[in-house]
Amino acid sequence: MLKKRSVEEINEKIRNGKAVVLTAEQVSTMGKEMSPSEILGKVDVVTTATFGPMCSSGAFINFGHTNPPMRMEKLTLNNVPAYGGIAAVDTYIGATETAMPSDTYGGAHVIEDLIGGKDVLLQATAKGTDCYPRTEIKTLINKSSINEFIMFNPRNAYQNYNVAVNSTSKLKFTYMGTLLPAFGNANFSTSGELSPLLNDPELRTIGIGTRIFLGGTTGYVAWSGTQFNTGKPLNEHGIPVGNAATLTLIGDAKQMNTRFIKAAYFEKYGVTMFVGIGIPVPVIDEDMVRRLSIRNSQIETNIIDYGSGNFEILGQTDYETLFSGEIFLRDKKIRTAPLSSIKMAREIADLLKKEITDGRFFLTEPVALFPKTQGLNNLEIRL
Amino acid sequence: MTSKRFVLTFPPTVTGEPITFNLIKKFDIMVNIVKADVSPGKIGHLVMEMTAPAKILREGMAYIRQQNVDCEPIDKKIYYRDDLCIHCGACTSVCFAGALTMKRESAELSFDPEKCVVCELCLKSCPLNLFSIDIG
Repeated sequence: MLKKRSVEEINEKIRNGKAVVLTAEQVSTMGKEMSPSEILGKVDVVTTATFGPMCSSGAFINFGHTNPPMRMEKLTLNNVPAYGGIAAVDTYIGATETAMPSDTYGGAHVIEDLIGGKDVLLQATAKGTDCYPRTEIKTLINKSSINEFIMFNPRNAYQNYNVAVNSTSKLKFTYMGTLLPAFGNANFSTSGELSPLLNDPELRTIGIGTRIFLGGTTGYVAWSGTQFNTGKPLNEHGIPVGNAATLTLIGDAKQMNTRFIKAAYFEKYGVTMFVGIGIPVPVIDEDMVRRLSIRNSQIETNIIDYGSGNFEILGQTDYETLFSGEIFLRDKKIRTAPLSSIKMAREIADLLKKEITDGRFFLTEPVALFPKTQGLNNLEIRL
Repeated sequence: MTSKRFVLTFPPTVTGEPITFNLIKKFDIMVNIVKADVSPGKIGHLVMEMTAPAKILREGMAYIRQQNVDCEPIDKKIYYRDDLCIHCGACTSVCFAGALTMKRESAELSFDPEKCVVCELCLKSCPLNLFSIDIG
């Protein structure tokens, strides 16, 4: 008879201070010596985490109304353009936005500054209407002065990601960092066996409404992320090889902490944002134990040429090898470097573990599970 | 005696002169090659430590330059704000000298100034812009 455990039972244990919580790394180690059935008997919750650069991030802000009021049309925050197409004092500031393509300060920095309590310069113009007569404004705002400050990230927590190399004879500057010529380095970006969606590859427990740790506070999974793709080939351990599922995340940025949200600039690529995410996975049955016990050696991904422009798949490797500091590709030894911070991911997984153990964080069942998809559309040029 | 590190930059066409041999044999300079990347047809770099009395070192540098090889002492030092470092590892990707590496167990950034050849690639590779250079 198969043992099972409900999220409700787990929450009851959390309430009584009896829940056993481990991090994904701890349960991977445990999985080497104990059977899934034994682990199911001992462990209630496993915490997963990641802290990597995630470009598809940003925040909604409501500034509050002036007197007389204004419907802001063109606006900037610390000179970084923000979206003016939603009425009237609402905006969305994207993490990668900059005033000039060469700028090293962008939307992510504005978000980090606001979270850190700093004043930010708001400038806006409008044509003026009978109901919104004001045509321009220049003032300082901060997180106490604004109404809502909602982080809303359309694509975070990628389930697996490519390894980037450069076959050409020139230095290449990419969102995967600086790539040295002639396969001089190989950059990768996930937290491997700690990574949220690699611990629930079929998305059995993570869905719409899942309560998570986001940027230092409680957040939620709002939807599947953009470019969500469950159609990637799986390896023998059930792990999609290459970038697959993603999450749309939401949270109150006013409660966030700049330790877990860091603006970043990648040379000759642009601005992006490191986002700290932690997702607790309920240990509901033996199948979930098997998923959660996944080890870096069992998680494989593609090595892709980011230099030549056609993103050719050159080979495959696994995260055990990537974390060792070097991989072999076509008999050539290549140094590897991570872009996602394992140290910070561990800190988040530990923090979430403590929150749950101490009875301050309860697990959720998804309001709805994600659909299965079959690949992605490419954008055709029809004109 | 003075010990100093130098970066030698070779033009794509090198003279047949055995530079390091002569530094040792003719100038009696103790030479320790830290890193070498020299091949015909390409601009090459050699990082080496030379130990000798200051006067002899100056003569050695002059000799190297006579061979149409650039010779610059490494007086600069790289610093980074380790208090703000998030240990992402992006800087280790460009550090061909192996001075910046990730510690396997703790997943923390490790910096070995002894191995640093001050190529300055880390300055631009740090997404948080935490590196700076101190000109000695």
